[in-house]
Amino acid sequence: MSFKSNNKVVQWVEDRLPIISVMHHSIYEYPMPKNLNYLWNFGSLAGFALVTMIVTGIILAMQYTAHVDLAFNSVERIMRDVNNGWLIRYIHMNMASFFFIAVYIHMFRGLYYGSYKAPRELLWQLGVVIFLLMMATAFMGYVLPWGQMSFWGATVITNLFSAIPIVGENIVTWLWGGFSVDNPTLNRFFALHYLLPFIIVAVVMLHLIALHTVSSNNPLGIDMKGPQDSLPMQPYYTIKDLLGVGVFLIAFSVFLFWAPNYMGHPDNYIPANPLSTPAHIVPEWYFLPFYAILRAIPDKLGGVLAMFGAIAVLFILPWLDRSPIRSCKFRPMARIFFWIFLINGLALGYLGGQPAEGVFVIASRIATAYYFFHFLVLMPFILPMIERPRELPSSIHEAVMKS
Amino acid sequence: MKKILSGFFAVSLGCLSLPAFAAGDAVELPEQEWSFDGVFGTYDKASMQRGFQVYQKVCSACHSLDLIAFRNLTDLGYNEDEIKAIAAEYTVEDGPNDEGEMFERAGSASDRFPAPFPNEKAAASANGGKAPPDLSLMAKARVGGPDYLYGLLTGYEDAPADIDVGNLSYNKYFPGHLISMSPPLFGDDVEYGDGTEATVEQMATDVSHFLMWAAEPKLEARKQTGVKVMIFLIIFTLIMYAAKRKAFAKVH
Repeated sequence: MSFKSNNKVVQWVEDRLPIISVMHHSIYEYPMPKNLNYLWNFGSLAGFALVTMIVTGIILAMQYTAHVDLAFNSVERIMRDVNNGWLIRYIHMNMASFFFIAVYIHMFRGLYYGSYKAPRELLWQLGVVIFLLMMATAFMGYVLPWGQMSFWGATVITNLFSAIPIVGENIVTWLWGGFSVDNPTLNRFFALHYLLPFIIVAVVMLHLIALHTVSSNNPLGIDMKGPQDSLPMQPYYTIKDLLGVGVFLIAFSVFLFWAPNYMGHPDNYIPANPLSTPAHIVPEWYFLPFYAILRAIPDKLGGVLAMFGAIAVLFILPWLDRSPIRSCKFRPMARIFFWIFLINGLALGYLGGQPAEGVFVIASRIATAYYFFHFLVLMPFILPMIERPRELPSSIHEAVMKS
Repeated sequence: MKKILSGFFAVSLGCLSLPAFAAGDAVELPEQEWSFDGVFGTYDKASMQRGFQVYQKVCSACHSLDLIAFRNLTDLGYNEDEIKAIAAEYTVEDGPNDEGEMFERAGSASDRFPAPFPNEKAAASANGGKAPPDLSLMAKARVGGPDYLYGLLTGYEDAPADIDVGNLSYNKYFPGHLISMSPPLFGDDVEYGDGTEATVEQMATDVSHFLMWAAEPKLEARKQTGVKVMIFLIIFTLIMYAAKRKAFAKVH
């Protein structure tokens, strides 16, 4: 390490634990491509959202009571009687959504610019693991206020496991800790909802180690070849990330202060009642595309497999896309199909929020089929046959100078 | 790159404006103008006091308001003595005392509003089999919020000829239209202290206003905090933008 400090204390620590040089290396002089656009802000924004969720979550846990008879009113006590409790709780509620917004944009950015391709396969897969952990955490968090949607959402989702042949029913009983969603279920969901974010932090660390090993992809999808292609993180990308945080927080604040319940469901302000089923049980908006896939398959086990398959397919994506070109900038056909895939994903989200009847069912089936067609047929077999990629620039520096 | 960015932007905005849940067969609600709408919205204390009067005289015969304590009424503009007087009109059960007996006493500011029925079964049996729901969160627990409450209270009408209402009532805005609650307001059900004429529409507006406060008592603090935070964030973001421009000015 080239790191030397004039400060004796810093040098003393450094000689015994190289933490300062590691930090200097990885968040100060770390070279990043100089042509990154604003879509590269969403990784740091997701990290910002994660920290916000953990901080507000720990504060909420100090006032929340995980018991079926007390949970709902303990949340209302936070909203009414705890100093600034309404602020902390609304931040936690709305940042959950903004966390998913940041992560979805982050993922679609990766899809468009081929950020999952060699040598970034593990980086991408760790991201998929984070996404899965986030979904589990968000689902269990939504159960904690113990409103109607909490209870019935928990009932519907845990019941999915009953589709597993032979042992399904036993697994569901085991998950519930009883014979229905009840106090033991709420208690374990609270314990796990508190645990999983720290596991997410650990996987984020791995995600960052992998990132710093292979370095960032960029809009051109070609590797950095020398110092003329890169910029040090500080000050360039620290300042750009802070600008991103500012814009992100402005958008977030619009919801937080003026429409805090817009992304929630009114039924969750009704205390859970096992004897009364809501007319439509819908998950939070960020689960809707997967909920649509679940309901599109007429068979219960098939639906569950399709839903998990929709995420599993992301896991093997680096080997499904066989084009050596990363960025869709130079892939005229892949680019078109990227946008079709994105619109298809939004359509799935819309359909997941509609009742499972009539034309919505047929549309869900078509959109689900297209989702898998995109990954399993189009990417590995059709695109390589029909696509002629454009010529890549020889270096990032050259391309930037030309534009 | 600009095109891609704007594409992503449009898409993320599109996600937000998608109706996240089914509208069902709901009729379009009569949208009201509320003083608490908008960026700087605040509650109208006079309207809330009138609405509270309607709640006391009409709604509270069947509906509880479990989450609200008398002390919370300071938000409506009542002073400490007035709140003590309001609380003292109620009898609450307390105890057990030193002899182990439950006893009744006059309410005090720290008590919550006593419920009209001892439990849900009693409430259901006294109301044709369906317990009247608690009203504390009603303005947030229904699609449409206060507009829905206003619509419901003014939406009673004669059922179409082909519908047999039985012992229920027909309401334009109630999902499914057949509602257990018979029309609660007829006009002049209360005599307003401030001389406002107590029409059905006026009472519906006032009590919806009151219930919105009951469901979201921190709304004013929230919006005022929001304005301050927003001013800070805009200045912060502009400075970051200038700093970013300056840092990247020499990069080619």
